[in-house]
Amino acid sequence: MGLKICPELLGRLARGRTVIVVSGTNGKTTTTAMIATGWGGDVITNATGSNMPAGHVAALVGSPGSRVVLEVDEAWLPEVVRTTQPRVVVLLNLSRDQLDRANEVRQMAERWRRVLSSHPDDQLVVVANANDPLVVFAAAGARHVRWCDVPTSWLGDASSCPQCTRPLVHESNSWRCSCGFAKPLAITSTLGEGLVVGSSPATLDLSIPGHFNEANAALAVTALAEVGVGVADSVGRINALRDVAGRFTYRRWNRHTVRLLLAKNPSGFTAILSTIDPEPVEVWIAINARIADGRDPSWLYDVPFESLRGHRIYCMGERRLDLATRLEYADVDYRVVDDEASLPVVAEPVALVANYTAFSEWLARTAPC
Amino acid sequence: MLKIAVLYPDLLGTYGDGGNGLVLLERARRRGIDASLAAVGLHEDVPDASIYLLGGGEDGPQRLACDLLAKGSFSSRVESGAHVVAVCAGLQILGHSFSVEGNEEYAGLGLVDVVTRRGSSRSVGELAVRVGDRWLVGFENHGGRTTLGSDIAALGAVARGRGNDGVVDGYRSQRIWATYAHGPVLAMNPWFADEVLATVLGEELEPLASVADRLYAERCATLSLRPLE
Repeated sequence: MGLKICPELLGRLARGRTVIVVSGTNGKTTTTAMIATGWGGDVITNATGSNMPAGHVAALVGSPGSRVVLEVDEAWLPEVVRTTQPRVVVLLNLSRDQLDRANEVRQMAERWRRVLSSHPDDQLVVVANANDPLVVFAAAGARHVRWCDVPTSWLGDASSCPQCTRPLVHESNSWRCSCGFAKPLAITSTLGEGLVVGSSPATLDLSIPGHFNEANAALAVTALAEVGVGVADSVGRINALRDVAGRFTYRRWNRHTVRLLLAKNPSGFTAILSTIDPEPVEVWIAINARIADGRDPSWLYDVPFESLRGHRIYCMGERRLDLATRLEYADVDYRVVDDEASLPVVAEPVALVANYTAFSEWLARTAPC
Repeated sequence: MLKIAVLYPDLLGTYGDGGNGLVLLERARRRGIDASLAAVGLHEDVPDASIYLLGGGEDGPQRLACDLLAKGSFSSRVESGAHVVAVCAGLQILGHSFSVEGNEEYAGLGLVDVVTRRGSSRSVGELAVRVGDRWLVGFENHGGRTTLGSDIAALGAVARGRGNDGVVDGYRSQRIWATYAHGPVLAMNPWFADEVLATVLGEELEPLASVADRLYAERCATLSLRPLE
């Protein structure tokens, strides 16, 4: 589909519908699935991996229905916001990912800020993570923002102020710069012991793992509240969500049972590694570096693999030697798997962490349990 | 005691450059050499070290790192005997000037006689450089075009990618190595890590076999680089 005609067509297809768009470095697909599920009933959404205008057009064309949630590639967000006139824009986080393509994460925040602060539609609401300085910088110019105070562990790209580049000071649950740029005070939603959206408390009890997914759920519930979905209703439905495009699911392959986990960049990897149980000690990790993965796997050195000491890592994928080298320097026990038939069969399900194209390969090669 | 200091990884660590410090530390320790690794934060002074590592960074953070280095003791420590491995933004900061955020020229530390201007396009991809009788491999991602002064030697000749200007990459002075290759470069090129270590320690090192040798061979083969004699 020609990219030139796409935006115009996308604009026409979106007209008259209630559109929510979701963007950020990590959690886009899961949060989009949470919103689609939490809304209840028929919701139009784009297929996994098709998060650019051609994929949005494909989702909307021939699909009647007024409720739409779209996952949007970070670089395409300004264009999609301009053309689809969304009711809600959800901004999850911004960190380094595929720098060979998207060069500089700060430039991205700048572009988001430009489109959100100049948007003509007074109805537009931005739901944004108040703990990510780059997201706050991007959202701060919008007319209506619902700030979500959710735990955000990766701040490796936010040590200098997005506004003036001086060092940011992070302390307890807050951050600020001497230029005045700081964590917003007017918080709408808080995720601490429990979730509170506006004045409505709710109990998150997700079926998928990871604290980062609780943060994603908090933003999803906040976005849904903006289109009139009660907090208790959306939370109940999101708690039951089990399968997001194969992620977090148990699958069979030969005599192995694996739990498929997707991690594409340092922040995603850091979050996923925290979900890995001490047993079994075997963990499979598959790394590719194709165009869709980013051709440069140097980010492996930004992942705290040291947390895997005590495990034995089976290094797979086209860049398994890059991974093995990283693990050797991290003093983590590893095996380079040149022949996958040689993988030992373990009684318990094995965590299989894979980046984008490696994940797709494993999803295709495995079967549901 | 070999003291390794990674400078401002919060600002200059965009491409896993912190890994270079880890590689030097581990390759020293595995040979029984006493070594320490410090990551220097934004609010800390530059500590005494045998070798400093500077990585890559985005425009704003690069400027901030340059300001911090200019204020502190870094230059005098380098002039009085410390070694430096500088990658990408780090390479640019050590020179007379570099251009960030458009074409605005920014003063560097002036430790090395090089100037970096904005290139006409960004250079993103595999980089291979012939350094003596070895290949140095890595990945480059930068918009700089670096010109060397008459008294400074390039690190090597570019065989794949752009490096400084499409002809040569980086520079090499008595105690400074600089390249546009990240990867991080010392992890991908174990021979280069050992050359740096041997120079800093002033002694020959025993060979150290590791999976990095396989990685290096695989990268060279992927880039169709013939072995050099």
